[in-house]
Amino acid sequence: MNKQFFQSDLGTMLLFSVAILTMPVWLDPVGANYPDLLQKFAIFGIFAIGFNILFGLTGYLSFGHAVFLGVGSYTAVWSFKLLSMNVLPAIMFSMIIAGIFAIGIGYLCLRRSGIYFSILTLAFAQMSYNMAYSVLTPITNGETGLQLSSQDPRIVDNAFSDAVVEGLPSTNLFGMEMSGYPGFYFCAVLLIIAFFFSLRIFRSPFGMKLQAIKSNQTRMRYTGFNTRPYLLTAFVISGIYAGLAGSLLAVTDPLAGAERMQWTASGEVVLMTILGGMGTLVGPLLGVGIIKYFENIFSSLNSNRLHEIFSWLPDGLEDFVVTVVSHFVGEGWQLTLGLLFMLVVIFLPGGVMEGIRRTSTVIKNYNAKRSQNKEAVTAAASKESDDGK
Amino acid sequence: MDVFLLQLLNGLDKGAAYALIAFGLTLVFGTLGVVNFAHGALFMLGAFCAVTLQKILTISKKVKDESITFFDAYKETPYLEIWWGDTGAAIIDWVIPISIFLAIPIMLLIGLSMERGLIRHFYKRPHAEQILVTFGLAIVLQELIRAFFGANPIPVSAPEILSGSADIGYILGMGADYLTYPWWRIIYVLFSGAIILSVFAFLQFTTFGMVVRAGMHDRETVGLLGINVQRRFTIVFGMAAVVAGLAGAMYVPILPPDYHMGMDFLVLSFVVVVVGGMGSLGGAVAAGFLLGILQSFSSLNEIKNIIPGIDQIIIYLVAVVIILVRPRGLMGRKGVMED
Repeated sequence: MNKQFFQSDLGTMLLFSVAILTMPVWLDPVGANYPDLLQKFAIFGIFAIGFNILFGLTGYLSFGHAVFLGVGSYTAVWSFKLLSMNVLPAIMFSMIIAGIFAIGIGYLCLRRSGIYFSILTLAFAQMSYNMAYSVLTPITNGETGLQLSSQDPRIVDNAFSDAVVEGLPSTNLFGMEMSGYPGFYFCAVLLIIAFFFSLRIFRSPFGMKLQAIKSNQTRMRYTGFNTRPYLLTAFVISGIYAGLAGSLLAVTDPLAGAERMQWTASGEVVLMTILGGMGTLVGPLLGVGIIKYFENIFSSLNSNRLHEIFSWLPDGLEDFVVTVVSHFVGEGWQLTLGLLFMLVVIFLPGGVMEGIRRTSTVIKNYNAKRSQNKEAVTAAASKESDDGK
Repeated sequence: MDVFLLQLLNGLDKGAAYALIAFGLTLVFGTLGVVNFAHGALFMLGAFCAVTLQKILTISKKVKDESITFFDAYKETPYLEIWWGDTGAAIIDWVIPISIFLAIPIMLLIGLSMERGLIRHFYKRPHAEQILVTFGLAIVLQELIRAFFGANPIPVSAPEILSGSADIGYILGMGADYLTYPWWRIIYVLFSGAIILSVFAFLQFTTFGMVVRAGMHDRETVGLLGINVQRRFTIVFGMAAVVAGLAGAMYVPILPPDYHMGMDFLVLSFVVVVVGGMGSLGGAVAAGFLLGILQSFSSLNEIKNIIPGIDQIIIYLVAVVIILVRPRGLMGRKGVMED
């Protein structure tokens, strides 16, 4: 009964919501409890969940998803500049504009599949990135990045209040400032909603069709399905997710730069999804957690901190361990990430989720065997006692 | 006319680098069927072979500077100069051409061990996993290089005699100082042409090459004929690594190498490979030069005035159009990587 509840959608959602909302509590012992990092977890979680809807379900590997992230950020900042510092219109506009971009790019790219699709999306991403740096400077403010300024019109805000604000205003949700923990909780609630939608998509007939496209597109076509509209819908949905993530980046820190659209940013979300486990619901989130944790915590470990951590070792050994480990943390954290990534792809192609699944099977088998043995032993014992009579 | 020629030359030397990297990528893909994202890292390792050799050759000790008599002044003098005088200085000056001879065995070794140690286990895995594991390897390699050489570009200059410019206009009979171009870039274009031609000739005119070509076409049948295709393909991977390494070593005077130069070139050369057609060696070379030349022409002011910003996106724009119009790229074979 209990088990069934936790395996149902409602149970999953409840568990997930509790886990996300209590993140500040259970991430405290590992030193990851500060709002900035928590916001990143939630925002990139949304990004990766959206990416997983395309890549995990249909198998189409997009190498240009960061475009939508960048477009979302730019739109959100423009909404702050022109209309209002309220975050809701910014998020709405970002999702709409990112969706429009996704329709255009997806319509062209989905004409090809496999590596050709990857290269097409990459080409679009690099084009947008290069243009944001050069020709589109009036819109994107080039290398400096788009920022708020005190001369911004902010039509809606100024229409309702004539109070002169000192300095730059901050983003808000009807007066609640979107920085620090409130910002995190806002992102977390959106993450939970995003997760709910992706859960529904995974379980829906639409999701089944996407999975069918992944396993055999030709057969799917022969049975009379036109696969293109389904693919395009998946592409647009994941583009909208990325736009939402981009706007949240701007909400928590109102500036937008072109480097968010570079192919390395697209590559990062691919790494996150694979590391966690593509095609699973929670996998991408785990991947986000691992990579962002590495990026923020591992990179800040220096040799003093290491000496503190390893102070329980004997002196000579301590120095040795610290020298070895210091190559893998701090500036060299990407080395660890690269190694970890290779190990995961080599030994656990399904990512961390496959690791968890394998371990749980092993434990289950072990338990089953042990109870079997127990029965056998008791049976044998009773038999012996029977014989003895 | 001179502007036209100049841009053509510019395009050729950029295209030569693209073509060399794309050539190696296609060689690996065509034979082993592996998409190697670490190929850019091999290019970078080649460049750092030259840097390492320069570091080794210029190991120096402090020597009293005799030309200054007012006080005790010391200057760093490489051991080579102390031992062999002018010959030593000349060796240091010619470090880049000499580094080729260092790069060949090192890159061959790296290539073979990479294939044996990692790539071999990924033949049967999906392309996505090959891309990911080699991408991880590329990150590891570039971080190792950063740990040893630091994050800043390390300039190494071309030999003194070749560091000037060639008077192309004079050679072509258009008058002196009409059109000049750096010697080293001309040499780079010729060098890459020579490498590409020699690999082609090797594949075309030797028994080994014949087996490799047959293996590219139908691996199973060649294997059934009792030929160890696997070993030959391993050697081909080594060759591709050497090509990438040489391209990198020779590129050092044009672009001071840093740890992420491989990644920068990788994306472009992948676009080149796909435009040329996956698995087609000729296509890769042609597309490399084509895109290099297009890029340099689009950076002309006359063209930039008509379409602003075109120089930034031309390569990707051409790639998009070609992939959409010709699904297999310029010269792609049928049935390669279409799903």
